Order: sequence, then C-alpha cells, then structure tokens
Amino acid sequence: MRRFGLWLGATLVTVVVLMALVSLVWTPYDPTLVVAGQRLQNPSAAHWLGTDAMGIDVVSRLLVGAQTTIVVGVVSVSIAAVLGVPLGMLAGQAGGWVDEVVMRVTDIAYAFPALLLAILLAARLGASPVTAMIAIGLATIPSFARVTRAATMQVMSTEFVLAARASGTRWLGVSVRHVLPNIAPLIGVQASVTFALAILAEAALSYLGLSTAAIVPTWGKMLRDAQSVMFNAPLQALWPGLAIAMAVLGFNLLGDGLRDLLDPRLREVR
Amino acid sequence: MRILAFLGRRLGIFALSLLGASLLVFAVCAALPGEVAAIILGEGATPEQITKLTAQLGLDRPWLVRYADWVGGMLHGDFGTSYFTGQNVLQLMSPRIAVTLWLVLFSLVLSVVIAVPVGMLAAMKRRSWIGFVTSGAAQLGMAIPAFWAAIGLVLLFAVHLRWLPANGYVPLTTNPAGWAAHLVLPVVSLAIVQASVLVRYVRSAFIDVLSEDYYRTARAVGWRPFPALLRHGLRNAALSLVTIVGLQLASVLVGAIVIESVFALPGLGSQLLDAVSQRDLSIVQGVVMFLAAAVLLINFLVDLSYAWIDPRLRAGEQR
Repeated sequence: MRRFGLWLGATLVTVVVLMALVSLVWTPYDPTLVVAGQRLQNPSAAHWLGTDAMGIDVVSRLLVGAQTTIVVGVVSVSIAAVLGVPLGMLAGQAGGWVDEVVMRVTDIAYAFPALLLAILLAARLGASPVTAMIAIGLATIPSFARVTRAATMQVMSTEFVLAARASGTRWLGVSVRHVLPNIAPLIGVQASVTFALAILAEAALSYLGLSTAAIVPTWGKMLRDAQSVMFNAPLQALWPGLAIAMAVLGFNLLGDGLRDLLDPRLREVR
Repeated sequence: MRILAFLGRRLGIFALSLLGASLLVFAVCAALPGEVAAIILGEGATPEQITKLTAQLGLDRPWLVRYADWVGGMLHGDFGTSYFTGQNVLQLMSPRIAVTLWLVLFSLVLSVVIAVPVGMLAAMKRRSWIGFVTSGAAQLGMAIPAFWAAIGLVLLFAVHLRWLPANGYVPLTTNPAGWAAHLVLPVVSLAIVQASVLVRYVRSAFIDVLSEDYYRTARAVGWRPFPALLRHGLRNAALSLVTIVGLQLASVLVGAIVIESVFALPGLGSQLLDAVSQRDLSIVQGVVMFLAAAVLLINFLVDLSYAWIDPRLRAGEQR
C-alpha cells in the first residue's frame, strides 16, 4: 500500500517536471498572447482546455505555469537547505548553549510562516518572484534545522562517530565524512515535503497578486483570474487548482514514501 | 518547585521570542532615511521637502531610539500611526480583529472536531481499506489550496444552490443570522485543509496509544475499542494534539489572510494586504507584529497547558 504512495508521488512529480520541460521548447500557443476575439472559449480541438478571460490558451498557460512552480520550489528549498542543514548540524553536534540558541531562534521563526514573511518582505521590497522565493526559503529554514539536528544527534551517538573522534578526526571531518552522508536521505525527504509547502505558498502569493508580474503565467495567478469570471466560466478555476493539487500531492507522497523506505519501522506506525 | 521553574523558564522564552520577533519586524519595516517621505510625497519631491517630512515623522532619529519608541508604545497599547492618513494603527485594527478572530477560532474548532474522530478511525482501522481511504483523503485535503476549496464552495453553495452569500461580512451585533451565514463558507474552506493536516497527527498519536498497556488492559476488562480509546486514550493523545494545534495556529492565521481576500472579509488579513499595496509600512509593521505576538502568546499558553493536562508534571510540585 505504501509503495503505491511512493510510485504515485514519483509519477505526479515527473508529470510536473515534464510539463515544465516541454513548455521550454513547445506550447500549443503563445502563453502571453491576448486574443480579444477568443475570450472564454469552451474546450475544443484547437484549444484542448479552452481559452481564458483574455483569450489565452489555457493549456499553454498551465504548461508555462509548471516552470514557475519548479523554479520557485527549487530555489526556496535550496535556500532553506543551504542555511538550515549546517545550522542543524551545528546544533546537533555542539549541543549545550549553541543548541539552545539555535532552537529558540527557530521557535521565533514558527511565528512567521512563509506567507506572512513573504507579505512582510513584499511590503518593503515590492512584490516579485524573487521576494517570494527568499521569503519561502527563509521561513522553511527552521524545519530543515530541526530535522537535521535530530538526525545529527542520532548519528553522533553511534560508535563509528565515537571511533572517528577518538582517532582524532576534527569537527569538520566528522561532519563531512560521517554525519552528512548518514543524514542525506532524511534531508532529501525534508526537501520533498518543503517543496510541496513552497508550491502552496507561491500559489497563494500569486493568487494575492504578491508574486509575479501580471503577464507571467502561474497557477495561482490563473486562479485569481478565474475567480473574476467564475460565474460565467466555472471550469476556468478547475484546471490551475488541479495542477497545484497534483504537484503538492506528488511532492508530499514522494517525501512520505521515501521516509517509509528509509525507516521500515515507521511503515507500521504511520 | 519543579512547576515554578518550568513556568519561569517558559515565561522567559516567551519574552525573548517577543523581543526577537519585534526585532525582525522592525528590521524589515524600519524605513531607510528619506524612504517613507519619498513615498508619501511622490515623484518630484525636492530633497528639502523630504528632509523636512522625515524630521516631522521622527524618522531621522537613530534606529535604536525609534525601535525603543515603537516597542514602548506597543507596551502601552499604541501600535503607531499610519504614515499616510495619520490614523492610529490599533484603532484601524480593532474593528477587524473580531472578524479574523471568529474566522480563525471557528476554523480551528471545526478542524479539531473533524480530525479527532476521523484520525481515531484511521488509527483503529489502519490495516483495512477504511484506514487507506482516510489517509488518502487526508493527503488530498493537504494538497488543496484553501482558496481553491473556497472558490469551489462558493460555486456550489452560493452560485449554484444559492444557500449562502458568496462574499462580504455582517457584524454579529447587527444581524446574528447574517453574520453566521457569511462565515460558514470561509470557515469551512479553511477547516478542510487544517483538518487534513491534523488527521495525520491524530492518527499517529492514537496509534501510539493503541500499543500502550493501559489500552490493552481496558480492552481486556471488556471495554469496546472506541470507548476505551475515548476514555483512556484521548487525554494521553491530547498532549501531542494540543502542541500540534498550537503550532497549526500560525498556518491557520496566514490561511485566514488568503481566505479573507477570497471572501472580501474586512479582517486583519485584508487590512495587511491593503497596507502592503499602499506601502504603508507603519500599518504593516503593526499588523504583522500583532499577528506574530498572537501566535507566540498562544504557543506560550499551549506550553502552560501541559502543566494542566499532564498530571505527571503537577506531581513534581510536591517533591
């Protein structure tokens, strides 16, 4: 049953990545081409999912929207991992007051979820995809730091780390040679789950008009456009929402599936 | 004495968190010299005008002085004044706090009411298709953006069936029935997503309970599974649930910001978004600090509630 989740997740993620890759070289129509005479057309052979309120082909916009989703996810997860993992390793290895300080700082960060931080930064720096990515990345550092810390502590209590330290290996050597390889899979799991969170946050920001310029197609922006015509064309809201749900479900299932794969004991519990 | 030490430590952490949060909000919102004046005066303002207005607004003082001024004001209930209209930020917020409060409160309650029985069911039936279906449904619910669920609910219940209003708000004191009607869809859309997240935690908390000796004993002396879980498991699982609900509060609050925008509810979220689009940093600063402080306060209270829920901690008192 669980393997099913892993495979479904991997498949959905692959679909999203393929959508983004295909849109780099081909889309049925120009995803920014406004055609006044073709507003809100029903699905047809020419436009598989119809056209939106500006006469733009929905399929083309959905495909290009996948690019934004992937880019925002990759950049924000990278920010979170690059800063959160060393922080967690430091806390987990040093212990004592260093650990205490890092953990208390992450406590504070829990009061600033990705969306609130993004709104705060947008007020100051102006709304842009870069602001959104930075905010989502910064806001998800704590979860990376916590997962890394817990895993690091576990590795630090093993005998091979004890042996390495006894033989005179320094802190950095232990970190790079012993801790990092052992916690890497868990970081992968965290990255997948955080990716899902980033997609949701970006979608909400685009929906609120706080992420991208008007012309760049994103799924959240499509939902915003769809809402203004939902009385005449309810289907407009269906496709971008499905795309977001598919991507989020994919990354969540992938993360959960990987976690179960890594730790068979959890399979029964979860 | 152990409980006093526990309370003291928690209070200290709470105070430090507030300090840290206020520093962060201030660091982001504290304008550079001349920045706010330039925004207010618009293009074509002379450097002299900008310098003069900056001095008038008190923005030429050192940042530490401005920070102390801001924090000192908040301790007296003064959240600052809008740079643009000169209105008191707290006065602008106060009619909106109730709207957001109702939305967040009802959504949290509804999501717990949904998630606890469903999660218990998922835990007890985890090896059958019922468990598989409930876990799958929770995964789906987590993947749905709350504002998409909201659009779907509006289409069904407001546009198609015409049972409920599509957007807007009526104060409780003006018209209780209208108030309730306007809150149903926002609350449900927010609660669906939150309940899905909660179900997973409830499920694993109760799976832990199922392997405990006291549960096995209760079953052995003849309790049926569900009553046994309710009677003996709920209080034990409550400890982890209260923690999760406390941590969830922050995401319910930001969810509320988006949902307020979907339903045009005049709450703190829509005020924050308006302030962002007008770049009124003083309002942004006040509202964000208010929201962050609310989250930190609730998490502090959650910490305190452990002492009440968990008799083991209280027992330490006598030692």
